Amino acid sequence: MADVKDTGVLDAAELPAETTPVEMPNDRGVTSERAVELDYNEHLKSKSGPRSMVLNMGPQHPSTHGVLRLLLELDGEEILKAAPDIGYLHTGIEKEFEQKTYQQGVTLTDRIDYLAPLSNNLAYCLAAEKLLGLEIPELAQWTRVMLAEFTRLNSHLVWLGTHAIDIGAMSVFLYCFREREEILRVFEMFSGQRMMTSYFRIGGLALPHPRGWQKRVKDFVDIFPSRVDEYEELLTTNRIWTGRTKGVGYISLEDMLDLGVTGPMLRAAGLKIDVRKDAPYSSYEKFDFEVPTRTENDVFARYQLRIEEMRQSCKIIKQALEGMPSGSHQADAPGIVLPEREKMKTQMEALIYHFKIVSEGFRVPEGEVYSAIESPRGEVGCYMVSDGTQKPYRVHWRGPSFGNLQSIPTLIEGTLIADVIAALGSMDFVLGDTDR
Amino acid sequence: MEFIIITLIKLAVIAFVLLTALAYIQWVERKVIAHVQVRMGPSRVGPHGLLQPLADVVKLITKEGVMPPHANKFFYLAAPILAVFMALISISVIPFGTEFTVLGHRVMMQLTDLNVGVLFILAVSSMGVYGIALAGWASNNKYSLLGGLRSSAQMISYELPMSLALAAPLLIAGTLSLRGIVDSQAGYNLGFIPKWAIFTGPFPQIFSFIIFMIAAFAETNRIPFDLPEAENELVAGFHVEYSSMSFAAFFMAEYSNMVTVCSVATLLFLGGWHPLWPESMGSNFAAPLILAGAGAICLYHGLNPARPFDRFTLPAFAVIFFGLAGLMAFPPLVPVLTPLFWFLAKLSFLLFVFIWIRATLPRFRYDQLMSFAWKFLFPAALLNLLVTGFLVALVS
Repeated sequence: MADVKDTGVLDAAELPAETTPVEMPNDRGVTSERAVELDYNEHLKSKSGPRSMVLNMGPQHPSTHGVLRLLLELDGEEILKAAPDIGYLHTGIEKEFEQKTYQQGVTLTDRIDYLAPLSNNLAYCLAAEKLLGLEIPELAQWTRVMLAEFTRLNSHLVWLGTHAIDIGAMSVFLYCFREREEILRVFEMFSGQRMMTSYFRIGGLALPHPRGWQKRVKDFVDIFPSRVDEYEELLTTNRIWTGRTKGVGYISLEDMLDLGVTGPMLRAAGLKIDVRKDAPYSSYEKFDFEVPTRTENDVFARYQLRIEEMRQSCKIIKQALEGMPSGSHQADAPGIVLPEREKMKTQMEALIYHFKIVSEGFRVPEGEVYSAIESPRGEVGCYMVSDGTQKPYRVHWRGPSFGNLQSIPTLIEGTLIADVIAALGSMDFVLGDTDR
Repeated sequence: MEFIIITLIKLAVIAFVLLTALAYIQWVERKVIAHVQVRMGPSRVGPHGLLQPLADVVKLITKEGVMPPHANKFFYLAAPILAVFMALISISVIPFGTEFTVLGHRVMMQLTDLNVGVLFILAVSSMGVYGIALAGWASNNKYSLLGGLRSSAQMISYELPMSLALAAPLLIAGTLSLRGIVDSQAGYNLGFIPKWAIFTGPFPQIFSFIIFMIAAFAETNRIPFDLPEAENELVAGFHVEYSSMSFAAFFMAEYSNMVTVCSVATLLFLGGWHPLWPESMGSNFAAPLILAGAGAICLYHGLNPARPFDRFTLPAFAVIFFGLAGLMAFPPLVPVLTPLFWFLAKLSFLLFVFIWIRATLPRFRYDQLMSFAWKFLFPAALLNLLVTGFLVALVS
């Protein structure tokens, strides 16, 4: 046993199965305590025996996008076995929903998938509105579509930047963040917040449209397609980029469906599935856009697919900007939506409603509902159970990152360490969405 | 005695200039990459961040050096010393200008004119790999072990095409002394095309120049070949366990290696200190004109400042540039400074290419890198050498 210890290399077969701290003596007689939390023998059992070494990648690692932990059994640089370990970002958000009134819950949804806060807001609000049977005015619906698409761009830009920097192209990262900055400014203009916007509320929008929003959105829509061309110039035809991404991270469509993978990963495998088209919500049926698909089903296909999605999102934003209807930004539901400030000073009912909503919230009819939307990462589902009180009985969140992450072992086993990074990047997961 | 004194003085000057330059190459790199990426770069310490290298050095010196408990102490400490020592020592044979006379003594702009200078540089730069491989092994960390393994494999594969690419211009020059190689590239074809190795000879060495530069990127662990430290895969690769000055030593070694390979490329392929066009067409005026132009640009921006402090800093730079231009135009100094200027200009251009590529390209994968070296670069270098050798034999 001593002959392999001088480099700190551990053998998978030698590690005990118990989850107790084990003493690892090295050849200088120094002992250290190392807690083995995962059952290596169960998760990492390969046939190569003492040739392999277990590499602990994460939770602190520059390319695991947050705090994902991967246990990799390596033979040289080749991955023999992989076991993902999640839970390092567990926030208990699902449980917390039960302690908040319905309207307060919106702020929690921002923090689930922190790169797509408005998509989460939308899924949550749609679920609650379904239970309440609210009719949302056109203006609010169109604004929701526009901002949800901005969210998609925001998330895809962060994805592209980090994916590129993982593979070594660091300038793309900063170019992407230049455009993301503009999107965050749009969010700030609408809601006053850059990331945790909470702009969609049950019954409509938090605030009416800000002054001069058309100009800012128009400036962005005008410049953005050329910026996407710029990213493509740096990457799409780059030999090193295609060499690193083509044919890497393959997983069959059947496996993906079994594991619950959704979103761009499925579309890159040729399955044309998109909640925006299949079950339109928030008046998506009024917009003209394509659902791009690819068939190669590798990292490069996912890259091209998301690039195309960015162009389509930009198209949707343009349509929303040009055809934005007029009207109220909130539903006509006095007990649910806060009354206007002016009415509170003149009308007694408004004052009473205001007091009731602020002090105890509103009651939601008993029932259960599932609302699904297409977030940048895949299908986000909000399953809400109401027992007729002011607080939800249970909110379960179907995070796309969780399903996508399950495919990691299938994706990376048999590849090299460098491919792990590329494959992880192509999944575009957010750990907050995984752990909840 | 005279030889010893002159050598000691040269040693002191070269060491001082080189170490300062290494620190400032890093500043230049950060500024260039920042501007490529539409941001500012270092701008807090001193005007335009010019004191940033100094701050970095102070920071690294005052940091605590942490040694991991399971490291092999001897090799862990020896590795950075070996790396930086081997990187700095190769500068000693590199000439950067002609000879001149001071107070009756003939002085060469070179620490020592070794008659096998090229072989010496190759030998020393291969020794430098031991620093990286040992660091990876001795740290007793899995990531650094992988980094060390990658670097040894990478260096072995890239030594060969690099040496073969170097051999071709040597066949034309007929000497291994770096000064002799530069001297063989003096003069002009047709009166204006310089007789540099990449333009002239029985077979222009443009291919071997490209092969050499690609191998040089791999030798110096720079993107797209920075696999041993690939921070997105191996966190920091071979130096993941190093801190404080031992980390700084690896850093210095990397930049020093960059300077060495760029100098070698300049000397062997780009004609060393010989100007791009003949003296009869006024190449001696290039240096003062370029510097005066830089001074004028600084002055213009100083008078129309974009930021408040530019009003003070940019005119100061303008004065420095004008002073340098005056120095370059001062007749007694022209034969000394003009070759130095041309050498530094070519060297800086190549260093800029290194930085530029770092800002642009992604990273190769390990197996792609190996197959690229063995299946493309090696045969290409071999073919180039064969053709060159054949043509040289045919001509002579």
